[in-house]
Amino acid sequence: MLQTLATAWGSLPGIARTTVWIVIVTVVLILCVAFLTLWERKVIGWMQLRRGPNRVKLLGLFPGLGQPFADVFKLLTKEVVIPTNANKLLFWVAPMIALIPAFAAWAVIPLSPDLVISQANAGLLYLLALTSMGVYGVIIAGWAANSKYAFLGAMRSAAQMVAYEIAMGFALVGVLMASGSMNLGTIVRNQEGGFLSQNWFWLFPLLVVYFISGVAETNRAPFDVAEGESEIVAGFHVEYSGIAFALFFLAEYANMILISALTAVFFFGGWLSPWQGWPGIGATLLGQPSFIWLALKIFAILFMFLWLRATFPRYRYDQIMRLGWKALIPVTLVWIGVEMVLAHYHVGPWARPWFH
Amino acid sequence: MLVQILFYIFGTLLVACALGLITARNPVYSALFLVLCFVNSAVIWLLTEAEFLAIVLVLVYVGAVMVLFLFVVMMLDINVAELRRGFTRFAWLGWITAAAVIAEILVVVWSHGLTGLDVTRTPVPEPADYSNTAALGQVIYTRYAYPFELAAVLLLVAIVAAIALTMRHRQGLKVQDVSRQVSVRAADRVRIVKVEAEKRT
Repeated sequence: MLQTLATAWGSLPGIARTTVWIVIVTVVLILCVAFLTLWERKVIGWMQLRRGPNRVKLLGLFPGLGQPFADVFKLLTKEVVIPTNANKLLFWVAPMIALIPAFAAWAVIPLSPDLVISQANAGLLYLLALTSMGVYGVIIAGWAANSKYAFLGAMRSAAQMVAYEIAMGFALVGVLMASGSMNLGTIVRNQEGGFLSQNWFWLFPLLVVYFISGVAETNRAPFDVAEGESEIVAGFHVEYSGIAFALFFLAEYANMILISALTAVFFFGGWLSPWQGWPGIGATLLGQPSFIWLALKIFAILFMFLWLRATFPRYRYDQIMRLGWKALIPVTLVWIGVEMVLAHYHVGPWARPWFH
Repeated sequence: MLVQILFYIFGTLLVACALGLITARNPVYSALFLVLCFVNSAVIWLLTEAEFLAIVLVLVYVGAVMVLFLFVVMMLDINVAELRRGFTRFAWLGWITAAAVIAEILVVVWSHGLTGLDVTRTPVPEPADYSNTAALGQVIYTRYAYPFELAAVLLLVAIVAAIALTMRHRQGLKVQDVSRQVSVRAADRVRIVKVEAEKRT
């Protein structure tokens, strides 16, 4: 049975296999988003000594696990209100523009040693280009809704995203220097050799900058002034209701998972095991590279997002701008200089064979 | 064959978007059409195997420049009728510019004897491990190092000039000094006064 399935799979043309993988990745991602919303509410609940959602059961078991589905069905059956004088076309297009880049970016992310949808050579550039397009969804939504609060939120988030994209890009320049390739698979392979030879060790300041910029890019707390419930109601999506609002929600959480996956790939060795190549444990199953390692790393980084949200108060807007332009960008520039010195003396990642 | 079909699809879209850009009444629509133009030309560059340039076009122009452009266009309430008043008066300038650009394109296409570059033929596909980015970097940092550095300095001068032109020190502006805000102690702001309880008389 398995044998025939495997041969049938092998005889499929390449384009069909790619399509199947795209469908699988998208569906799994949407399910992950659904359960991430639940996990977020649970974690924040525990941190605040509450229990979180615990009423809706899935299959009559597991209290709370049915909550995401209940939410989705509620939003699906709600009316989508379009404000008078809103720009109808752009109002409808905006949530799609917000959502598409968050999913399309997964095309180049190496999921396991031999599974990646596209082996693009310029994978890192492709990611940068796609993540920079997500801001259009926010701006267009804010403008098309013809509402002052929405517009203020859009302006805030546009300025914020443009500012943090620069820090993010510079942090990735550092990763590029340490890996010598823009192919994400090669970036992962160049971090072989266990926990301490992964990029985070030599690029620690860049890891911090990248993660902070990632949180700011996804408009998550403590950088969520684009939503700012207490000042501008809900920011750019204040006029959206029902499933149109759910699409923005989906995009935000998909972007969180994407940023976590990228942090794992760039700084923590993606699908490589943290104990790979270590004496003893490296030879066992725990030392083997697999998708499970990537999933665990993504999960741990996602937890950081939730932890931040439950811990920190919201930044003031001028402080956000100050942090982005005057703290994060100089740190990356200095560290790129440090990397040049390290590369000259063949230290750390630059002692690897590709650099010679 | 597939490449040609894709080329004609995206070429048509590009021309349509360019027409939309100059005919749209709403300036925000114009800016969005320009974004679409950039995306379509990026696809056409991808078809000619210039993937680095194509992605950088999207990254820089779509991701950064046009965001700021949209930002400004949305904030300013531009009166389109005012802008259109000079249309017929300045039309000849536009026609001359268009003619010059078309002439340049024709010269480039027809004069491959001059530059040694035949732009009309489809490029020979490179092997899968060929990295466009690495090739470009090698040329920029060796053969064209000086022009490249010169362009960088020019951009730096432009940045400094733009900041110098727009930075004005107005009088009476209330600016927060963050280092002072951070270094403040409770004793600087709050004075605890111990008030003696009065005896009941």
